[in-house]
Amino acid sequence: MSLKGKAAAIGIGELKPMKEPGPTTTALGLMAQVTAEAIADSGLDKRDIDGLLVGMPFSDPGFIYPASAAEVLGLEVRMLNVVDIGGASPAGMIWRAAAAIDAGLCNAVLCLVADMNRAGDQRPPTVSVQREFESPYGNIGANCGYAMIANRHMFEFGTRPEQMAKVAVDQRANALKNPLATFNEKPLTIAEVLGSRMIVDPLHLYEIVSPVTGGAAVIVASPEIARRAKNPPIWLIGAGEYANHATITYAPSLTESPIKIAADAAFKMAGLERKDVDFVCPYDCYTITVLVTLEDAGFCKKGQGGPFIEEHDLTWKGDFPCNTHGGQLSFGQPGLAGGMSHVTEAIRQLMGRGGARQVKDASRGYVNGNGGIMSEQVSLVLERRS
Amino acid sequence: MSEYLKPLPKPSPTSLPFWDSVRRHQLKLQRCSACHKFIYYPRTRCPYCMGDRLEWQPVSGRGKVYSYTVVRRASHRAFMDPYVLAIVELEEGPRMTTNIVAPPESVRVDMPVAVYFDDVTPDNTLVKFKPA
Ligand SMILES: [Zn+2]
Repeated sequence: MSLKGKAAAIGIGELKPMKEPGPTTTALGLMAQVTAEAIADSGLDKRDIDGLLVGMPFSDPGFIYPASAAEVLGLEVRMLNVVDIGGASPAGMIWRAAAAIDAGLCNAVLCLVADMNRAGDQRPPTVSVQREFESPYGNIGANCGYAMIANRHMFEFGTRPEQMAKVAVDQRANALKNPLATFNEKPLTIAEVLGSRMIVDPLHLYEIVSPVTGGAAVIVASPEIARRAKNPPIWLIGAGEYANHATITYAPSLTESPIKIAADAAFKMAGLERKDVDFVCPYDCYTITVLVTLEDAGFCKKGQGGPFIEEHDLTWKGDFPCNTHGGQLSFGQPGLAGGMSHVTEAIRQLMGRGGARQVKDASRGYVNGNGGIMSEQVSLVLERRS
Repeated sequence: MSEYLKPLPKPSPTSLPFWDSVRRHQLKLQRCSACHKFIYYPRTRCPYCMGDRLEWQPVSGRGKVYSYTVVRRASHRAFMDPYVLAIVELEEGPRMTTNIVAPPESVRVDMPVAVYFDDVTPDNTLVKFKPA
């Protein structure tokens, strides 16, 4: 069994994130906006959408969420679900949509995420074991876990702060060409990153995503629909998912993540080598996330992420284009829609809609979605066929 | 004495023996009778082999800092001052989320540490560590 070539992305909708939501902004309202955009982009009729995978917004959570969202959007669907694997949810939706289509359950699945963030918002709710064994010690939110990963990586492999900082710098160069990015006006230097306030040692302010408000949607369709679609279909040709912990303390390793197994599975399904992709879109809640992802996804050896980043140009015109939309570090993190930004960017690049940041002759891309503290991992390989 | 505002553990039926022993300044962990592994945090079944005979056993309280961070800006308003959040790997194997009670600049990865019972309220003791 394989999902290779069994479904394709045919339309996207994505909002420019807002630093603060407007007075009338709601998560469901944002969902309606990006759904309308994605349907228009795909050329389908709303009635063609017969599947819904949706992310639960922290600003308006609740049980029986998918049916509520479908009702608000006026959708009638043959398959509906919440995907709750943290930042990996959007990438996870893409292969789940393809699997449902391949199983004959539905023909066109809307993958939908949107959320609102206001300064000072509370962190998302946790499970009892985290409240009992993590919160009393101040292991709250995601910052601490990634900081401990970075410190351990520096200890084991001699990784240096300026190597991590370069991720934010190169991705900012990409963001300057992306009108949708939140931080797209000024370039960033390594000195500026390392000079920004230390939040959780060794991570500085500019190495950490900013919560913003926004949303994104992708429509995944059957081969029959994709072949007559308005846009060039972007085929899912490889997918892999893996998780082995929720809290990083109980992971087998701080420096070797479940990405390895997810990425190996995705490339095996695609029948491709790492060198066969033209660009990568790894989840980047922090600079260290990208460094570890590039190692575990097999683009360089374990422990060599620092030198690899130093030696390669990660910009859209570089020898290793990485997060050409700016990554979430420059795009902003509108809740789960931050994770979708890597998927939409890969689709844009492969459709040839990269604008001023178009990677030349891009025909295949790698996407990784990452949930929690290097917990849930989803790797995808996407392809445009000529 | 000022009010303690940080989150406190709410023991479950599964974890109650752990917190009871901690309150008496003893560190006890579950050990699986089938695969003999020590387990943290407390479970109803062994996460390694699904064994259901888990015995409470005292452990050394000695370990090493597997990693740590100094949290200068916390996500919770009760954590005002910078603190050292750490993962300590016990000699017996399990890793624990904890705090290192030491000046932040003195903490290092791989540093040996020993358990320190912090009676944060009259009814609540947390398992922290100090340089050994
Ligand atoms: Zn066992």
